Amino acid sequence: MDIVKLTIDDKPVVVERGTTLLEAAKSIGINIPTLCYMKLEDLNFENKPGGCRVCVVEVEGRRNLAPACKTECSEGMVVHSHTVRVINARRTVMELILSDHPAECLTCAKSGNCDLQSMAQKLGIRELHYKGEQSRYKGDKSPAIIREMDKCIMCRRCETACNDVQTVGVLSAINRGFESVVAPAFEMDLDKSSCTYCGQCVAVCPTAALTERDSTWKVVEAIVNPQKTVIVQTAPAVRAALGEAFGMEPGTLVTGKMVAALKKLGFDYVFDTDFAADLTIMEEGAEILDRLSRHLNGDKEVKLPILTSCCPGWVKFFEHHFPEMIDIPSTAKSPQQMFGAIAKSYFAQQLKKKREDLVVVSVMPCLAKKYECTREEFQVNGDPDVNLSISTRELANLIRNANLDFGKLTDEDFDNPLGESTGASVIFGTTGGVIEAAVRSAYEMFTEKKLEKVDFMELRGMDGIRKASVDFDGLPINIGIAHGLGNARKLLEDIKAGKSEFHAIEIMACPGGCIGGGGQPYHHGDVEILKKRQKAIYAEDAGKPIRKSHENPYIQKLYKEFLGKPLSDKSHELLHTHYFDRKSKIEINQE
Amino acid sequence: MASVKLPESKIQELKEVCQKYDNKGSELINVLHGAQELFGYLPAEVQEIIADELNVSVAHVYGVVTFYSFFSMLPKGRNPISICMGTACYVRGAEKVLDEFKRILNVKVGETTGDGKFSLSCLRCVGACGLAPVVTIGERVYGRVSADDVKKILSEYA
Repeated sequence: MDIVKLTIDDKPVVVERGTTLLEAAKSIGINIPTLCYMKLEDLNFENKPGGCRVCVVEVEGRRNLAPACKTECSEGMVVHSHTVRVINARRTVMELILSDHPAECLTCAKSGNCDLQSMAQKLGIRELHYKGEQSRYKGDKSPAIIREMDKCIMCRRCETACNDVQTVGVLSAINRGFESVVAPAFEMDLDKSSCTYCGQCVAVCPTAALTERDSTWKVVEAIVNPQKTVIVQTAPAVRAALGEAFGMEPGTLVTGKMVAALKKLGFDYVFDTDFAADLTIMEEGAEILDRLSRHLNGDKEVKLPILTSCCPGWVKFFEHHFPEMIDIPSTAKSPQQMFGAIAKSYFAQQLKKKREDLVVVSVMPCLAKKYECTREEFQVNGDPDVNLSISTRELANLIRNANLDFGKLTDEDFDNPLGESTGASVIFGTTGGVIEAAVRSAYEMFTEKKLEKVDFMELRGMDGIRKASVDFDGLPINIGIAHGLGNARKLLEDIKAGKSEFHAIEIMACPGGCIGGGGQPYHHGDVEILKKRQKAIYAEDAGKPIRKSHENPYIQKLYKEFLGKPLSDKSHELLHTHYFDRKSKIEINQE
Repeated sequence: MASVKLPESKIQELKEVCQKYDNKGSELINVLHGAQELFGYLPAEVQEIIADELNVSVAHVYGVVTFYSFFSMLPKGRNPISICMGTACYVRGAEKVLDEFKRILNVKVGETTGDGKFSLSCLRCVGACGLAPVVTIGERVYGRVSADDVKKILSEYA
């Protein structure tokens, strides 16, 4: 290994050649402040444009200050990370950035979670010496993401997320100099672009330039409306992250407290999206087995691999980028939408209410879910199956607004019948979980034998693309897993080229799966937080008395009383969907 | 986004430009030069085709187009007006001349009049500093132009 020796703040340090000053300093416990820089270890995310210059340090023998995030260590370097010159430079840089930033901290959605605000605090900025012109851009409100580019500091993290990690390619820096801004092509609004609403740009934005469309107040209005019965469903990944918003250790499971909080907020029924995840497994599992057995019987028409379809970011991605393959993914709706469809039919019948009198609210780790519930195919006569979708962060705000002491709430249980769930549904919240849940049920349905070991360790982990072969009683089933749309693209290119050997593939748009969703409490660049959430999800699964979806007694009841069997006509009507070709078309004038 | 219908023969030529550069994303700027030569400007549809051919995002293409002032998304007028802003012309009042063109035509630099008759741009030195300030319209060169002359010059194109 080629190594270099240097000293940083009088401490000797030995690093591999190519290491940056920032990383070298970090290895000996010196955290040089950064603003534009962000690195998400293992997730293929590294943003270091060297643009903000907050991380500058003094290198002996070098005339200019060096940006620590971009400067590689060299032999014998003597580095000082906090001389007066360095500190002054950082403060000047910060003041210049702030001179072009709206000072709206008191009412800003990002206040308290803003990297710019905390850096100003850290550097002790109390006065702005530079007054100049301020950038003004048009606002952009999509169903899921709000762009308020006046607040952009051109760190370019969103571009790295959109282009390098997700390969969605919607965002790019445009124009030059003071006019430059990160925007979609032709400055079109996001809802006109091929944005998937995965929200990874929001997850990494240091300021409030990119935020979610906030629906918390609409939820409150529904709750206080006496004409409406308000039902809430909570996605699996929410319970593994919500506690962070109240200062709890990442990875703390807060299922019971979350339920208690939702009941105190006044929801009439507190149900679980996990119930619908079990239902998804029933339908998707049956679809996998149907395609698989047709394939084994020599049917050449059958499309394999089958792809999961519970992630709306992923669905929109293939609709835009792989429209020729829209018949490959499972037709099963996502758990959010299955829940809405069942709540407004089966459960509405039980309540003897019209579907229009129910308001279904979902709490999701996701921003794409906000878009998903507005899709026309998920409405009946203009009434959406899911009326409002709020993020984990928005729920945290609701809880704060209601003055609930979250940490001190006594655990409560979900209501029934749509609140009962299995361990299989919980793991939907992490990459690999959906397919593991599907395997647990499909194995028993296919082999008609009891599955003794329900933990499929080979399907777990954080690698961007994972492959495993699961033994279905002598028949090897090849499983693929991808999280992050860039990884998904690779598997899709293989399928397109006829090189894919998988029978089934699980895809999640966000790195880490839903635990890393765009609606989760901000991770501020710390990937360990995602790993702790993942651990919590598997712990919740292991603690559940029932761990296979098809053994959920309320699911069995639902089929017996209402749906018949998986893939029945009723199931098709309520629980399955279809996809659209969304590739942008260029008009060609035939001569 | 303005919708422009491109003739298929031109699209074929555009694809040939891309092929000339092996459809490489790293050749984007060269391809854009070729495309602008072909169409006179770079409408959104042209950028979309280029993005598709070079396998880069259309946002990236648009980012490059808007970064370099040479690239234009607006069609040039039938009589493209260029005002020299080189040092010699500038010190002899080119800016006042430019302002007068802007005022009369009611367009900004880089824009085209609504009737498509004139487009306005600036350039740096045409090598006729002795005639400063210099204005070119199409192939014609006008020397020692003052703001007062602008109206008369434009009337030649009535």
